[in-house]
Amino acid sequence: MWTLFQIEVYKIFRRPRTYIAFAAITGLIGIIQFGLKLDGDQYVTFMMRDITSSISIEGNILNGYQVCYIVLQVLLVHVPLLIALVAADMVSGEANIGTLRLLLTKPISRDAFLFAKFLATLVYTIALLIWLAILALFLNMLIFGTDDLFLLKSSYVVLLREQDIFWRYCGAFAFAALAMSTVAALGFLLSLFANNSIGPIVATMSIIVFLTILSTLNIPLFGYIKPYLFTTHMIGWKEFFDIKVNDANEAISGTIQNPDRIIHSAIILFIHIILFLSISIWVFRKKDILS
Amino acid sequence: MAALITVRSLTKQFSNIRAVDALSFSVTAGSVYGFLGQNGAGKSTTIRMLAGLIMPTSGEIEMFGLSLAKHKKEILQRIGAVIEKPDVYPYLSAYSNLQLFARLSGCQPKRSYLMEQLEQVGLAHRAKDAVSGFSQGMKQRLGIAIALVHQPELIILDEPTNGLDPQGIADIRHLIVYLSREMKKTVIVSSHLLNEIEQVATELLIIHKGKKIKEGKATELFDPAKTTIVLNTLQNEDAFAQLQTSNWAACLQQLTPEGIHLQMHRNRIPEFHQSLAHLQIPVVALQPRHSLEDYFLQVTTPGYVDTLSN
Repeated sequence: MWTLFQIEVYKIFRRPRTYIAFAAITGLIGIIQFGLKLDGDQYVTFMMRDITSSISIEGNILNGYQVCYIVLQVLLVHVPLLIALVAADMVSGEANIGTLRLLLTKPISRDAFLFAKFLATLVYTIALLIWLAILALFLNMLIFGTDDLFLLKSSYVVLLREQDIFWRYCGAFAFAALAMSTVAALGFLLSLFANNSIGPIVATMSIIVFLTILSTLNIPLFGYIKPYLFTTHMIGWKEFFDIKVNDANEAISGTIQNPDRIIHSAIILFIHIILFLSISIWVFRKKDILS
Repeated sequence: MAALITVRSLTKQFSNIRAVDALSFSVTAGSVYGFLGQNGAGKSTTIRMLAGLIMPTSGEIEMFGLSLAKHKKEILQRIGAVIEKPDVYPYLSAYSNLQLFARLSGCQPKRSYLMEQLEQVGLAHRAKDAVSGFSQGMKQRLGIAIALVHQPELIILDEPTNGLDPQGIADIRHLIVYLSREMKKTVIVSSHLLNEIEQVATELLIIHKGKKIKEGKATELFDPAKTTIVLNTLQNEDAFAQLQTSNWAACLQQLTPEGIHLQMHRNRIPEFHQSLAHLQIPVVALQPRHSLEDYFLQVTTPGYVDTLSN
């Protein structure tokens, strides 16, 4: 099993396709950093236009934490596509180049083979998020410095103190890893049904887009299924940036407003991962290798 | 010799197509077992079931005295297979591919051993090159090195000469003979190229539409009393007329642009050769026809023999 896992990780990181996602994230974050560094003041003025009359804020609003939040809001919608590029290719890609039949004539169990591939997919997913964290958090902290984080929510404002932010990002990235692992598990499952990777990649994205639309539409009929859709819970990372307030409406440092929501969303996502993986193993056990 | 593989009533149904239909056969240890059939006859499906890639709908496969359904891992440890094309990872080098598949086969070979294996298939000088730049023949040789790297007892080659040039085909033929005679391996080779199989197989199985048509030793499959030979002389018309009045008239079949066709017992060919000298017929060539091809066409397309005699 360990050998299989090592081989799968080795194969992932020897493929040129793997680095498309890393390059895309680097490019996108680079563009955002470049834009904000040159024209950040105007962005802040635009962002604060509705509240400048009622609130006075001093300090470095456009700091590394703020830029990281902006990056995450923009990029975490697109990262699933980059995850699908590799996850949906894991089995279908082997079928496409013909190595699947050679692999399965070797003395390895199908369950172990599939599980090793899935773990390797998770390694890729987590590596991609670590790279995202390095560029979006650490690099921005270096470029833009650190200060309090000021967030405009739909009906309220959140102000997080500088010393109360870093751990929230750690939690948010950990949660994002779980959400992206769910996407990876879906792409991985779909990769079992095709002999080329285009179909599963497109299918993965289509399902995510379709379910995201269902999750965001406020139609009562869909209200019954929304709580069970994994797309509803993928944005749970934002909960780390809502803080509890006391009776005097003062923020309580080191708290999260709704920790139960995070736990609930994490459980739903985890159940989806187990479900997708179980179906994958069940399908693959019976699969005839005709490629 | 004991049977290395015993297959009983093997059947594979794909929705409404029965690809393999109650197929039973056995492969003797140490033999080169030729698997023959037209395209779509069920050869590849059967081979894939032997290699554990396709699950049989029903029937049993026993290899090395073990049931494939129950002891797949142990059995696959003793098998090396190249199924259809020898596809490997194009972005890895020949050496990395060989090392990777050796590890999957359960061995941790040293570099010197892997280089020796690449040397045997003539790829040592390209060990570090990415496989994406390899020709089909080089990929085929690498595929065979991968199949042999863990020193299996049984080698399964499915259409090993597909896409190869004549030199590549000859190399594969020599390799099969070498594996069987020198390395004492059992080889199962499937092909629709009859003359290739004829030259290497010691046992044959002919299947048609998923069913067994014939199985047996290559030398026993065709009737030696009906060996067809084609004679070419400087003047075929004169020679044909001369033979019509000789003791060999009963053996004459027809005169075609290809030559004079005769049918006789294989043992009488030397005697016929001597007679030609006595009759002072100037022989250019005397060739037995591909008897397997004749036999194969006869058993798979019943109308063929009639068309020949017309």
